[in-house]
Amino acid sequence: MKRLLLGLAVLSAGPTVRPSDAQDTSAIDRGVRIGIVYRPGVRPGMVVLPVHAPALDSARVILARDLDYSDRFELITLPGGDSIRVTTTASGARPPAAGATGRTGGGGAAAATTLNYPLYQALGADFAVAVAAGSGDSAIVTVHDVAAGGVRRELRARLPALKDPGFRLAVHQLADRVLEAALGVGGTAATRVLFVMDGKVYSIDQDGADQKLVSSSDHQAMSPAWAADGRRFSYMEFWQGHGRLFLQEVASGKRAPVATTGQALDFTPAFSPDGKTLAFSRATEEGTDLYTVNIKDGCCLQRLTVGRFYDNLSPTYSPDGQRIAFVSTRAGLPQIYVMAADGTDQQLFAPFDYGATGSSNAPEWSPDGQTVAFHRDVGGTLQVFVLDVRTRAVRQLTSVGRNEDPTWAPDSRHMAFVSDRSGYRQLWIIDVETGRIRPLLQKSGARLPAWSPRLPEIASSTP
Amino acid sequence: MKRLPLLLLSGLVAVAFAACGGKQPETTPAPAAVNQDSIDAAQRAAEEARQRAEKEARDREAAEREARQRAADSLAALGKSTEAVRTLLATMIHFDYDKAIIRGGDAAVLDQKVAILQANPGLRIRISGHCDERGSDEYNLALGNRRATAAKQYVVSHGIDGSRIETVSYGEERPLAQGHDEEAWAQNRRDEFEILSGGESLKQP
Repeated sequence: MKRLLLGLAVLSAGPTVRPSDAQDTSAIDRGVRIGIVYRPGVRPGMVVLPVHAPALDSARVILARDLDYSDRFELITLPGGDSIRVTTTASGARPPAAGATGRTGGGGAAAATTLNYPLYQALGADFAVAVAAGSGDSAIVTVHDVAAGGVRRELRARLPALKDPGFRLAVHQLADRVLEAALGVGGTAATRVLFVMDGKVYSIDQDGADQKLVSSSDHQAMSPAWAADGRRFSYMEFWQGHGRLFLQEVASGKRAPVATTGQALDFTPAFSPDGKTLAFSRATEEGTDLYTVNIKDGCCLQRLTVGRFYDNLSPTYSPDGQRIAFVSTRAGLPQIYVMAADGTDQQLFAPFDYGATGSSNAPEWSPDGQTVAFHRDVGGTLQVFVLDVRTRAVRQLTSVGRNEDPTWAPDSRHMAFVSDRSGYRQLWIIDVETGRIRPLLQKSGARLPAWSPRLPEIASSTP
Repeated sequence: MKRLPLLLLSGLVAVAFAACGGKQPETTPAPAAVNQDSIDAAQRAAEEARQRAEKEARDREAAEREARQRAADSLAALGKSTEAVRTLLATMIHFDYDKAIIRGGDAAVLDQKVAILQANPGLRIRISGHCDERGSDEYNLALGNRRATAAKQYVVSHGIDGSRIETVSYGEERPLAQGHDEEAWAQNRRDEFEILSGGESLKQP
């Protein structure tokens, strides 16, 4: 909470800190953001220019929010807000300043415009993004490098009609390309989060829009998990007291049970990064142990752990597919262990003090391979922790309320989790680097989130 | 027996007297009276027989009714016993937080189930393990599994064939009490027992 208050206090001190803001910018509305840790001067300023066409403005609003949620820019609101008319001049009129790079031109002369760069620089912007209509149903997004005084890149994409179910994903994908063009990093805009609510699996866009039911049967479902290609996911359903695993295609919605599962209590599926293998937990009278099954050929059940007097569960692959982190009760309380993907070389992963440290559960390996997020019982409530894979140092990430079931965004910097900090359990997203937190879904009872990788274009073709 | 010879003797005397008597007295009986008497007697006999038969029929009917009633009563009794056994069988056992150890008091509850399973060899049951909401959702599936298995191991160690008992776990997915306090949690940390087959009529142990 101290960090939060500090953040609020700093908000009012906005305009003094960027070297490029040396001019008098006291008249500029920098926008008000509540409840974040604000680190002035670190993040580049970004202006998303207003557009005055309804469909494009919807795209612009989604795009601006995605860029905001990337937590990598300081979004700047223009004086006068969105009602301002931005005048641009044709790109030929004034040549871009030296240093402006990127793929400009290329036929779409309508969008190849230039801005009054000194003005935007005075506003504190490093980048300005303009959305314009291209030929047919395409859109052109121009990323201006304000400091360099030129167009950094011009992005073209087919933009389905506003009512088309693929519209949002197409805009999210443009937002990720803007981020890539501006900073050279991958975004998380074109992603979705699967979660469980009322015993069913739902999907929701990372910006909180477009919630929909994806598990269709009446059977109680749990444990959704994404394949690394973003085209399939898996989850478990209770069938006659057994746990049966299913594979479901994102595009078609078609699903099929996983071979060799469903005769016991099978749960917590996890795809290997190459998509050929599914690791999962199986509870029998011998206890709970980890198995793998070849989902390419639907065969070849393999047992990875032999617990007998303790349980092994909740597998998560390292992104190179070589290792599996998992939960084991071999030392008494559940803690985080790691082994080679074939079950050999099992060892403790997240250190703990025997008799003092609480139960640790729900590990998820980050997409960059460097950390494993999990939750741990601290004084009777759960908190999210991050394990540094190289140093094996453990860091507590949350402290307000009960926080559990962390799941990484593909940028390995954002994380969705379940928290009751607002009074009831709901889904939240945290930027691990800045500590900025936002609710993903303001509904009680949502849990077990699973954040997708960047979704392929095909996922947008059907709802 | 003494009176019979005397009667015989007097009869003989009478015959001898009659045979030797000169003038036989008019001995024409009054046939009407005799006939009337015999008719009455016959009628009475018939009436009595009829009444006897009726009574016997009534008695028989009553007996049959009684038998039927007895049979029905015993069926009801059997049904009552099945119901009672079912209730006994469904008695849940409970666990401490994050534990799968059978509590001392619950051993007696499991002993009852052992006795019921012994008295009803055709009976098959399913034990489902459940948890409260406090632990991790997925870990609770493993914990519930251990709770169900613990009860099964107890019953099997008391002589019941393991193939008659199935175990499942629902973790914290099917709470019995909806509250978020220790009272609700204590109710939710449980094993449930349900009949899979062979439970149509159950004998008291």
